[in-house]
Amino acid sequence: MSEPNPNSERSAILSAHDVTKTYRMGDVDVHALRGVTVPLYEGELMVLLGPSGSGKSTLLNILGALDVPTSGEVLYRGSDIATAGERELTRFRREHVGFVFQFYNLVPSLTARENVALVTEISSEPLDPRDALELVGLTHRMDHFPAQLSGGEQQRVAIARAVAKQPSILLCDEPTGALDFKTGIRVLEVIDEVNRSLGTTTAVITHHAPIASIADRVVTLSDGMVSSDERNPKKVSPANLTW
Amino acid sequence: MVKVLDRKLLRDLTRLKGQALTIALVVAVGVANYITLRSAWRALGDSRAAYYEDYRFADVFARLKRAPDSVVNLLHDVPGVASAYPRVVEEVLLPIEGLLTPGHGQIISLPLHGRPPLNDVQVRAGRFPEPGRGNEVLVYEPFAIAHGLTPGSIIPAILNGKLHELIIVGLAISPEFVFAIEPGGMTSDDERFAPMWMSKSAVAAAFQMEGAFNDVVIRLEPGADERAVLIAIDRILQRFGGLGAYGRDIQVSNAILDGELAQIEAMVIVLPSVFLAVAAFLLNVVFSRLVALQRAQIAVIKAVGYGNSAVALHYLKMVSVIVLIGSLLGVGLGAWLADGMLDLYTRFFRLPMTRTRLDLPIAINAVVASFVAAVLGIGFAIRSAVTLPPAEAMRPPSPARYRSSAVERFPILRKVRQTTMMVFREIWRRPLRTVLSSTGIAFALAIIILGRFGKDAHGPILDLQFGRQQREDISVIFGHEVEDRSLGYLAHLPGVDQVDGYRSTPVRFRSGPRWRDSILIGLPPDSHLRRLFNRQFRPARIPHSGILMTDVLADILGAEPGDLIEVELKEGDRGTRQIRIAGTIDEAFGIQGYMQKSTLHELLREKPTVNTALLRVDPAREVELHQRLTDIPTVQSIHRKRTLLERFEEQTSQTMYVITLILTLFATAIAVAVVYNNARVSLSVRSRDLATLRVLGFTRAEISAILLGEQAVQVFLGIPFGLLLGTWAAKALLELQADPEQFRMPMLISSRTYAFAVVVILAAAVLSALLVRRRLDTLDLIGVLKTRE
Repeated sequence: MSEPNPNSERSAILSAHDVTKTYRMGDVDVHALRGVTVPLYEGELMVLLGPSGSGKSTLLNILGALDVPTSGEVLYRGSDIATAGERELTRFRREHVGFVFQFYNLVPSLTARENVALVTEISSEPLDPRDALELVGLTHRMDHFPAQLSGGEQQRVAIARAVAKQPSILLCDEPTGALDFKTGIRVLEVIDEVNRSLGTTTAVITHHAPIASIADRVVTLSDGMVSSDERNPKKVSPANLTW
Repeated sequence: MVKVLDRKLLRDLTRLKGQALTIALVVAVGVANYITLRSAWRALGDSRAAYYEDYRFADVFARLKRAPDSVVNLLHDVPGVASAYPRVVEEVLLPIEGLLTPGHGQIISLPLHGRPPLNDVQVRAGRFPEPGRGNEVLVYEPFAIAHGLTPGSIIPAILNGKLHELIIVGLAISPEFVFAIEPGGMTSDDERFAPMWMSKSAVAAAFQMEGAFNDVVIRLEPGADERAVLIAIDRILQRFGGLGAYGRDIQVSNAILDGELAQIEAMVIVLPSVFLAVAAFLLNVVFSRLVALQRAQIAVIKAVGYGNSAVALHYLKMVSVIVLIGSLLGVGLGAWLADGMLDLYTRFFRLPMTRTRLDLPIAINAVVASFVAAVLGIGFAIRSAVTLPPAEAMRPPSPARYRSSAVERFPILRKVRQTTMMVFREIWRRPLRTVLSSTGIAFALAIIILGRFGKDAHGPILDLQFGRQQREDISVIFGHEVEDRSLGYLAHLPGVDQVDGYRSTPVRFRSGPRWRDSILIGLPPDSHLRRLFNRQFRPARIPHSGILMTDVLADILGAEPGDLIEVELKEGDRGTRQIRIAGTIDEAFGIQGYMQKSTLHELLREKPTVNTALLRVDPAREVELHQRLTDIPTVQSIHRKRTLLERFEEQTSQTMYVITLILTLFATAIAVAVVYNNARVSLSVRSRDLATLRVLGFTRAEISAILLGEQAVQVFLGIPFGLLLGTWAAKALLELQADPEQFRMPMLISSRTYAFAVVVILAAAVLSALLVRRRLDTLDLIGVLKTRE
C-alpha cells in the first residue's frame, strides 16, 4: 500500500475518479482501464509509467478529452468532462490542454514559428510565438520548416506549440519515444523548464522507467489499474538522467 | 483461382469506390460523346452518300427563264458533263384548308418516260404519275403527313393563276430536298412548303413551257473541273435568261447537310478529348497518392519476389477496371444518345438513315482512346513506384519540401491566419496540380456555356429579324414584277392597314475573278415595313448611291467598301453594270445587296415596279384578306410572319433543350469528379495534420476550411477562366455553323447563361465537398498520436 499522499492539501486541477474504459474488439471486450483514480495536482510534473498495454495512453486520452470513459468521472476544476459532448471536449482541449506527441505532429507546410502561431491564433491569452520558441531555445530556427529541423528540434517546437496557449495542463505522450538518448534528454529538460517556469501542470507518459526520476510524482499503471501512486523523494534534473 | 494480387486489387478498388466511380463517369461521358458524335457523323454522311448515289443526285444545277429542249444538246457537249436533264420547275400556291395563308409548292417535271435520270424521286407510298394524266401528282411525304394526305387525296393548287384539283398518287422524297426550304425561305416548314412532281406534259401545258425547259440538273464526269463547267453552262444559258449555275456546295439542302457534318466533325475531336484528358489527370492524382500510400506494400511485394513488371501490371489492371467500367457505361450511353440524335436528325433531314444499333469500330476506337488516355495519365504515377528499390520503398518517404515563396513577402500575406497559410503553401507546392484542376473546372463551365448559349441569341435575333427588320405581317411575292401602283390596290383590300413594297432582282456580283450569285434588293427610302439592322442591333441606312452589301458577301468577293464591282443582271437587258460598294452590313440572314429602289430601277432601266409587297394587317380580317390575295393571279406566294416565327421557334427549341440538358449533365460530371477526387486525395495526404489540429482544439468547421480551401481556390480560379474559355468556344462553334450564307447567329451570351454555368459548377463543387467533409467526422484523433505517417 502506498504512503499517505502529502499532495492531498494541494488542489487537483484535473482528476480521474474510478474511471473504466472498455473497447469492443470484434467478439472480445478489452478492459483498458479498470477503475482508475488519478489526480493531477496543480503545478506538478507527474510521470505516468507503465509497460505497453498497461492503459496509460488510454488514461491520457481520457484526461486530455480525446476520449470519454465507459464509467467514472473526469473532473476539471470540479466540472465533470466525462459526460461532455464533442463540442465541449473540443473547447476544453482548445482552451486548457497542450499536447506533445511522440512523433511531434508538426504541420509540414508551416515554419516553426507558424506552427506555434497556429495555436496562438485560436487562444485567448497566448504567449507570443517568438517567446514560446525562446523558451525551448529555438528562436534561431523559427523560420525553418519541419523538414529542415532535427527530430529533437521538431519536438521542442511541438512543446513550444503546446505551451504557447498557456494551457492549464500539458500532456506529453512518449515525448522522447522517437529520439536518441542525448536528444531525449534535451527534450525532457525543456519539459522540465516549462513546468518550472510557467508552472504548467505536466503529465508525461512513458514506458521508460528512468524518466520517472524527473517527476514530482510517479503513477504506475499495470493491466488497467493503478499499481502505485508515489511522490518522488529524489527528483533529479533531466541532465543527470542515465539509462 | 483468383490470384492474391488481384484480390488486393479488388479490395483497393472497393476502398476507392467513390473516386473510382467519379472517374469512371468522366470516362463514360467522354466515350459516350465520341460514340454519339462519330456515329451521327458517319450515319449522316454515309446515308447521304448512299442516297445521292442511289437516286443520282446531280452535281450542278441551273435555273433559267426559258430555253428550247434542243439546248440540252449544247450542254451535253460541254467537256466534263456526263449527262444533263432538263426540267420545268414552277412555283405554285396551295390553298389547303386549314392553312391561313396558302402553302407554297414547287412543281418539278417528271420525264415523259421512265424515272428521272438525275435527282430521282423515292416513292414512299403510292406510285409515279402516269404519263398523260395531267392532274396526277407526287407530293413531298412530310407535307402530306402534316396534312393527313394520302395517295388518293385531292390537293388544290393554283398553277399559273388557275386553280387545279390535283390527285395525289404517291408520296415521295428526293435527295434534292433532304432539308426542304422553299426558295427565299429561312427554314424548313413541312406544313407550308411542298415539292411536288408532275409529268412534264402537264406542267408544261399549265405554264406554256411545251418543248422548253427552265431548269437543268447535270452530272459531271469523274475528275471534271466543276468551275470550268459552271462557266461554260452560264455562257450557254445566258441568252436564255440563265440565273447562274452552281454546284452542290451552294445547293441549299446539301449546304445545310455539309454545315451540320462540319459542326459534328469539329466537336467529335474536341469534346471527347476534353473528357478523357480530365479523366487522365484525375487518374494521375489518385494513383500518385495510392502509390505513395502503398510504398511499403510495394516494397514487400518486390521483396518476396515479384518483379517490376508485375507491380506495374498490378496498377495497370486497377486502372483498367476503372476505365472498363467507364467505357462500358459510355458505350451504352453513347449508343442510346446516338439513337436519339439520329431520331432528331430524321425529323429535320429527310433521307433514309442507315442506322446500326452500335457501330463496333467506333465503339472500339472510343474504348481504346480511353485506355490510352488512362495509361498516359498514370504513367508517371506508377513509374516511381515500379523503379523504387525495395529497401528504399520500405523507408518512409522524404518529407514533402515546403518553401516560403517570394509572394509571401507581401505585407498582406504576412497577416493571414496560419490555417490560410497552410492552404496557400499546399497550392504553391503543387502549382501544376492547381492549374490542371482549375482547367478541368474551366472546361466544365465552358461546356455548360456551349450547351446554353444558343438560346441567348435566339430570342434577340428573332426579335431583330421579325420585330425590327421585317415589320410586316404578311409578305406577298409576285410571279413577276408589277407596277408600283399595284400597292395602291393592295392597300384597299380588307384588313390591310399599311402597304409597302420593294423590288428585288437576281444578279451575279463579280469582283475580279471572284463572283457569287445573289439578289439585289431595292428598298424605298422611306420604307416603314422593311428596315435594316446589323447583328449588333444597330440600324443601317441604305446609301444614296451604291450598294450596301452583306459583309459575308463582300468577303466572298474579296471586296471592301469603296470598291467598284460588277453586277451582271439576270433580267431585263442582262447587261453588266458597275457599282460601288458604299458599305457593308453584318446581318443575320442571307447574303444580298441593298440599294435605293430608284437606283435599282435605273440599273434595270425600267419604270418603278415591285415584286414583293409587305402588308400590315388587321388580325380580325386576316382570313378574308388571304382569300382575296389568293385570287390575285400574279401572286406566287404569301408568307405570314407569325407562322414563320412559330416554325422557327418550334424547330430550334426542341433541340436546344435536349442539348442544354445533356451538356450540363456532362459538365457536372467533370466538376464533381475534379473536386471530389482532389478533396479525397487531399484528405488522405493531410488526415494526420487535420487530426492533429483537432487534437489541438480546432473544430471540424475549421479543419474543413483547411481541407477544402485548396479545392475552393481551384474552383474560383477555374470560374473566370471557364467563362473566357466558354465565350471563346462559343465563338469558334458559331464560325462552324450549319450554313453561314443562310444564317449567322450573333455572338450573344447572356449574363443569365454565365450565371447558370457558375451556379451549376459551384453546386457540383459544394456537393462533392460535402461528400468528402463527412469523412472528417471519422478522423482517428487517437491513432494520430501514435503514427509517424
